[in-house]
Amino acid sequence: MTRTPLLFAVALDGAGWHPAAWREADARPDRLTTPGYWTALVVAAERGGVDFVTIEDSMTIQTTDPHRVRGRMDAVQVAARVAPATSHIGLVPTVTVTHTEPFHTSRAIATLDLISRGRAGWSPRTAALHETALFGRRGAASVEESLTEAADYVEVVRELWDSWEDDAVIQDGATGRFVDADRLHHIDFHGRWFDVKGPSVVARPPQGQPLVCVCAPDDDGVRLAARTADVVFATPADRTRARQVVDRVRAAQGDASRENEEIHVFADLTVFLDVEPGRARERRSRLDDLGGPCPTDAKTVAGTPAELADLMHEWRTVGLAGFRLRPAALPHDLDQICGPLVAELRRRGMFPNARPAETLRGRLGLPRPGSRYTRGGTT
Amino acid sequence: MRQIHLGAMFPGTNSNTVWNDPRSGSYLDFDTYVQFAGNAEQAKFDFVFFAEGLRLREQNGRIYERDLATRPDNFTVLAALAAVTDRIGLTATINSTFNEPYEVARQFATLDHLCAGRAGWNVVTSWDRFVGENFRRGSFLRKEQRYERAELFLDAVMRIMASWRDGDLLVDKESGRFVADPDVGAFEHRDAQFDIAGHFGVPPGPQGRPVVFQAGTSDEGREFAAARADAIFGMYSPVEEKIAFYADVKGRLARYGRTNDSLLILPASTFAIGDTDAEAREVAMAVRHQQVDGRTAITFLESLWNRDLSAYDPDGPLPEVDPLLEGTRASELAGVRHYPDRIATAREWRELAEAKNYTIRELVIHIMGWQTFIGSPSTIADQMMSMVSAGACDGFIMVPHILPHALEQFTATVVPILQERGVFRSEYEGTTLRDHLGVSAAAASTR
Repeated sequence: MTRTPLLFAVALDGAGWHPAAWREADARPDRLTTPGYWTALVVAAERGGVDFVTIEDSMTIQTTDPHRVRGRMDAVQVAARVAPATSHIGLVPTVTVTHTEPFHTSRAIATLDLISRGRAGWSPRTAALHETALFGRRGAASVEESLTEAADYVEVVRELWDSWEDDAVIQDGATGRFVDADRLHHIDFHGRWFDVKGPSVVARPPQGQPLVCVCAPDDDGVRLAARTADVVFATPADRTRARQVVDRVRAAQGDASRENEEIHVFADLTVFLDVEPGRARERRSRLDDLGGPCPTDAKTVAGTPAELADLMHEWRTVGLAGFRLRPAALPHDLDQICGPLVAELRRRGMFPNARPAETLRGRLGLPRPGSRYTRGGTT
Repeated sequence: MRQIHLGAMFPGTNSNTVWNDPRSGSYLDFDTYVQFAGNAEQAKFDFVFFAEGLRLREQNGRIYERDLATRPDNFTVLAALAAVTDRIGLTATINSTFNEPYEVARQFATLDHLCAGRAGWNVVTSWDRFVGENFRRGSFLRKEQRYERAELFLDAVMRIMASWRDGDLLVDKESGRFVADPDVGAFEHRDAQFDIAGHFGVPPGPQGRPVVFQAGTSDEGREFAAARADAIFGMYSPVEEKIAFYADVKGRLARYGRTNDSLLILPASTFAIGDTDAEAREVAMAVRHQQVDGRTAITFLESLWNRDLSAYDPDGPLPEVDPLLEGTRASELAGVRHYPDRIATAREWRELAEAKNYTIRELVIHIMGWQTFIGSPSTIADQMMSMVSAGACDGFIMVPHILPHALEQFTATVVPILQERGVFRSEYEGTTLRDHLGVSAAAASTR
């Protein structure tokens, strides 16, 4: 298996991950719901050589604080909207799994894979308690229940992708058969939260199995990731904890009988970047004064591209496949990632000149799995 | 002269689509979708339209193999098409049984932003247990509740989408206020179907509310449309029936304080074009034979007879046996709901076949109906104009049987004639779908 030197993702959310980012001079908070805003960001990330972008989502508003950005668009559609404007970068929207239908999500991500020619992934997210009333269909679930449901949900999404074998569409003019029924499969999933008959209503996506990326802020997340994910986003505070989370993922992978599968662990970092020494820290404290600190789940780095490259170099040896960078302010920190940081990493041989693969799985060195329903099970 | 509105429907899982013609593009390639939307936009159509299917058709537990079965997700397709088009309306069916109002409100608000005000929604409610097997809700909905569900669902979606008001968004970098107050986006909605509350997460899109389509000809469907819809996706039917339907539905508008032109009636329409009318008739016949081959004809009969008829010769006479009333062989093909009395229908068909000396295949071709428009380009333009001026409809949703060929033929030959005659736009005047259709967001309000 080919192992790429270091993988890079960028996490996009609103005006950036700092709560006051929208007040920066170069911020465009009035354009957050326009297609041009998102296209420009993803095109910039693609030019910078970023492997994939993630797009944050939630069902309700981010916060009731009137001083913070309010409003987010459906992330799958945002990804679909930018897909035709890009050609190599992976697109990984967040999808809420607690109140939605796995059948719809499966075909939406399969469709994103179709329109992007094999560049789709998704990141399942469990709903917050206060989002329950938006649906009003059932009481709030415990964290444990939500995670078990999420695991079932991802399983159904994956089974539906496999429910059309790769060669199910035969388009045989002579017999008038568009599909071969022997290569289409009911999945007959029965679980506590839903039963799903299948098969899907859309052909198997180009990647076979689009990328599943799971956030693992804690042990519950690690267990879910080990059962379901191709990529794990972890949030270690330092190198020691980065090693611990990689070890935990590997152990949980064994518990889930997936020790033979490749699961990439990424470390999340929130970044303020400026070439001029001291400038990024200055920006960070100015923004902190305006709107309080960044979310504290991931480590925040404010420094020069060289300082960030040092940290990445130091951390990566613990078994991380790559990093997901959360730009603190957009477009500034994305531009700093795509320009000076990438140049610095290239100089150190930590950033590839080109990825040979066309699909997102290919970029990440992951094989294209055959359908589980194909007799003999090809890979 | 009254202006004609035109939509284009993407071919789907139905007997009209001819996927195995050499001129057909690949339905596994997104370029076919892009080309379709681009072609319709170049011809200045009001909108493109995508149907929805949430379960593959089956016969006796086995997937029906002859359908163009693959159908991508509508929201994802429309969001991508928004990137490659500028003006044309982007509309699709989204089911109101197997979704929740909150997520549909989010998705349409998002789509309307991403296409700068060109989104449209055909509200369809299904009660089908067969389809329900793919969803959490399962067989929850009773058939008689379907219009209640549709009405309350639509009302809930519109209520949610209206939860942000003018002036809520400040986005003032100086003062640091992004929104006017903590409760921006708050809503509550309680009725017989829904009990929901919270903050809506998407600011209103350019149209405020997407254009709402309704399809369905029952009394409840007509009332639903008169009260709430901006347009009706009309069914295939003879002109006299279209005129009666049109008068009936438009007559209901006054009760809701609406004007005649606030609800457009746009029937689905198929077509066969030739250089001359005689050639078009030959084309029409050839297309019908492509659409209904022997095996398709037998399957069609099986869906009424509810029996295995595979031993019958499609080029021979109709079965002497009567349809089976018990068992579910046919239910999953969903083709025969129009025929409540199967025994009587079978008898009628036998009599018709005998009188006209039809084989099984010829009878099915007859029953499945002819193209709405058959003729030379100028004949078709005449037919369309006379239907609109006779009060049969406000325009048409063209359903090409082959992509890209059939739509290209229509846009290259018929559209220029309609434009020359001044009944169809040569340039878009507005930017939103509401602009194209001339229906304002205020006309059909949630009650």
